[in-house]
Amino acid sequence: MPEIRVDAVSHAFGDGATRRQVLRDVDLTLVEDRIGVVGGNGSGKSTFVRLLNGLIHPDEGRVTVDGLDTVRDGREVRRRVGFCFTDPDAQIVMPTVAEDIAFGLRRRGLSTAEREERTRAALTAYGLENHADHPAHLLSGGQKQLLALASVLVTDPDVLVLDEPTTLLDLRNAAMVRRLVDGLRQQVILVTHHLDLLDGFDRVLVFDDGRVVHDGAPAEAVAAYRDLAMR
Amino acid sequence: MAGQAVPLFHPGTSLVHRLGAGTKLLSLLVAGVALTVWRAPWQIAVAFVVVLAAYAVARLPVRLLLRQVVRLAWIAVPLFAIQLLLASWQAAVGVVGSFVALVLLAGLVTLTTRTTAMVDVVVRVAGWLRRFGVDPERVGLMLALGIRSVHVVLGLAEEVRDAQYARGLRASPRAFAVPLIVRSLRHADRLGEALAARGIDD
Repeated sequence: MPEIRVDAVSHAFGDGATRRQVLRDVDLTLVEDRIGVVGGNGSGKSTFVRLLNGLIHPDEGRVTVDGLDTVRDGREVRRRVGFCFTDPDAQIVMPTVAEDIAFGLRRRGLSTAEREERTRAALTAYGLENHADHPAHLLSGGQKQLLALASVLVTDPDVLVLDEPTTLLDLRNAAMVRRLVDGLRQQVILVTHHLDLLDGFDRVLVFDDGRVVHDGAPAEAVAAYRDLAMR
Repeated sequence: MAGQAVPLFHPGTSLVHRLGAGTKLLSLLVAGVALTVWRAPWQIAVAFVVVLAAYAVARLPVRLLLRQVVRLAWIAVPLFAIQLLLASWQAAVGVVGSFVALVLLAGLVTLTTRTTAMVDVVVRVAGWLRRFGVDPERVGLMLALGIRSVHVVLGLAEEVRDAQYARGLRASPRAFAVPLIVRSLRHADRLGEALAARGIDD
């Protein structure tokens, strides 16, 4: 598994009176296969995962993925770390399903034939083969999230970061995303409010006020998070 | 509404489908130039015969053609009336006819050509801009995002309108425009972040 190192990272948004500290001196090494991230709204968990593929650069400290610095080697880091957001609509770039999957491969130096082959394989792997020429905006919520995942995974990253991918989905689609995640070869870092998705995970981080307040096995971490939420 | 906003690729194996994207885009350009010059009623009639023949050769469902004609009515009818009042029936036929024929032709190109194929052509054609520091891939991306954004903004407009109705607000342009602009900007922010995450900006 890739090694992600987060060294003494702090980050704030805004200036002066509007400045808000969102991460405070976070130190972690992530090498596990399945890592969950939980915490209340505004606890810093989404900012934390955005650091992992260089979407946000830390104000202080350093983040590396297999030794690659997310600031200095951003391009290479983004090739290794795929990112999937909560709202699939905001991730769909092309008008049709197959084209959106193929879009992520445009800058990979692949021939048209290779792009088509990998797109076909991804359509089949994620159950979208019957929707290849379907307008992406007419898919159901679950299918859109599948498309967003397929569009990221077709580039074959080593790490997949999922920021609340099931928040807008019903139970059936959330379960489908869970099954899909279970079958992935990638290291997965999942931010979620659906705590049952974390069953079987190797490690769960609990964020509160920009700090990791618990770091351990899912059952203990979820219990710690529930305690925190009830305070 | 959002689902029928602009025509999207309609798969097929017709001659028009098999024509190269470059050929179709060039034909559209030539037609655009021709129809700004030739606007006599008989020339417009010929243009419509050509457009309808092209739709027939492309073996596209008639409803796709009709849907586009109906959508154009809100602008074509007032435009025709104004030309009729201020100029002549020949001018009205020339202006409105060339406009409708061109939009239908553009629709035909979109319906029979994958966006990726059009993007590839645009990237190739824009290759010379590289010497001025312009990335042709970005020009192609703009085209793709333009096509995609029509559906996104129409979808957001539907949501805003539904929210207005739910709160009992009707026919208030400000109550419609402000949240639509805010939501569109928020969507643009999220899309930008998603593009960056996919390494499109690298």
